[in-house]
Amino acid sequence: MEKRVTFDNRLLPYLLLAPQLLVTIVFFFWPAGQALYQSLLLPDPFGLGARFVWFSNFEYLFNDRYYLQAFVTTAVFTFFVTLVSMTVALFFAVLADQVIKGAGVYKTLLIWPYAVAPAVAGVMWLFMFQPSIGVLAFYMKALGVNWNPVLDSTQAMTLVIAAAAWKQISYNFLFFLAGLQAIPKSLIEAAAIDGAGRWHRFRTIIFPLLSPTTFFLLVVNIVYAFFETFGVIHTMTAGGPGRSTTILVYKVFSDGFVGQDLGSSAAQSVILMVVVGLLTIIQFRFIERRVHY
Amino acid sequence: MVEKRGFGTIFMHAVLILGIAIVCFPIYLTFVGSTVTHYDIVRVPMPLVPGPHFIENYTNALTAGINVPVGRMLFNSLVMAAGIAVGKIAISILSAYAIVYFRFPFRMLGFWAIFMTLMLPVEVRIVPTYEVAASLGLLNSYTGLVLPLIASATATFLFRQFFLTVPDELVEAARVDGAGPLRFFKDILLPLSTTNIAALFVILFIYGWNQFLWPLLITTKPEMNTIVMGLKQMMPSADDYGNWPVTMATAILAILPPVAVVVFMQRLFVKGLVETEK
Repeated sequence: MEKRVTFDNRLLPYLLLAPQLLVTIVFFFWPAGQALYQSLLLPDPFGLGARFVWFSNFEYLFNDRYYLQAFVTTAVFTFFVTLVSMTVALFFAVLADQVIKGAGVYKTLLIWPYAVAPAVAGVMWLFMFQPSIGVLAFYMKALGVNWNPVLDSTQAMTLVIAAAAWKQISYNFLFFLAGLQAIPKSLIEAAAIDGAGRWHRFRTIIFPLLSPTTFFLLVVNIVYAFFETFGVIHTMTAGGPGRSTTILVYKVFSDGFVGQDLGSSAAQSVILMVVVGLLTIIQFRFIERRVHY
Repeated sequence: MVEKRGFGTIFMHAVLILGIAIVCFPIYLTFVGSTVTHYDIVRVPMPLVPGPHFIENYTNALTAGINVPVGRMLFNSLVMAAGIAVGKIAISILSAYAIVYFRFPFRMLGFWAIFMTLMLPVEVRIVPTYEVAASLGLLNSYTGLVLPLIASATATFLFRQFFLTVPDELVEAARVDGAGPLRFFKDILLPLSTTNIAALFVILFIYGWNQFLWPLLITTKPEMNTIVMGLKQMMPSADDYGNWPVTMATAILAILPPVAVVVFMQRLFVKGLVETEK
């Protein structure tokens, strides 16, 4: 889409564009270029120079057991965060869509956890479930559960998934509720007259009509679990125990800043850039299609 | 509502209230933790109703804190969040105006250069961005906290979409009346965009306030910590160490401003959320 009527000025548009272009070049293209370049270098052990090694950093990564493990960890983490937060949010949204009295109050009370930062969510959940002082950890142990996420990797994973999913429920709820409210009531009434019960109506009418929202949220949640959950992991488990909660973004950070393995960290950044690029393309293709509905 | 059944409605309300109780429980417990003593928490199980030490713990947190007074961290967060929101909106509205209302060589190149940034969150290019910021001497500065995070295309894209819906007749009328491009921008386009700017400000403020990884890298001095990252540093590492009530009071203070924004500006917040994702 283009404007039919425009202004004529030779210099002004460049001046208007300059601030954003400058920031973009300095803090986006320069670092991205650096990442690409460094991913092809191997620094010497003393950090004095670097050797150009083509793709051996990538080759090394794909033979690295820990890197492949981080991929699996990320997949498991993302799958469960997305599944849990979307299912819970859809459940609440369907209920909130049906009640008439107090719907606004429920909405307000359910959306405000959106404002909690992932890192703060991590601190709050740790406060509840930390094995020595957490009050819920205490009651779980009283019930006979052998609760120790500091040592047990499955429990640690469950905990970070719960905290990350909890933070995302509000967002999903908001979009599901908007999607539900956009479905014409006449369709549902017609089905009800034909004798379809609640569950049948949900399965055959509401859920299919909600699919654009569901697909959109699927992509958003995957991006969230991949990239924005760094704060949850860092505050709760720092990637441990062992490496059981080290997701890809966390590994870029820990290899780059803690391990000082810059070549490998840069190569990991480049791989993640490709992943984000693919997700963005999927998202845009879908949005294009939604416009033509 | 299709069916009206007394029992069904009560049941749905009950489930919703139970759900909200579960969703809000972590925040409630954090609040309880901020009103008792450290001893109450360490001697498990901690009480589940608020205690009498509210004023004491919050005063302690705000004025003394653990590494640095929380009041200082709140100020840093405020500067960072407001800086990111204002900065992003300012540079985006200008570049969107240039792209929509002018025809000039390399216009599409500029558009795509900005658009590319949509694809890379800062988490992905973290090490090289840190190196760039360090080489520019931006460590431990507000500029360093703000500038790298305002390189993003979402706001530009939003303003572009909005400008395209503004009727062409307005430009023609302005030109007939002899208004130049800057006058048109200031007197017509900017007033038309106020709601969009406000909605975007709400979203960007929360985004900036909740940043964690970037402040963690760029600030090494405690006085420059933001509250969300400083909170992690305050967590007691062992049971005898630290001060859980002060840490929990800090957690409550860390979520208060963004929660207030979401609750009191709900309509703008929802609008901003829906539009930035389009």
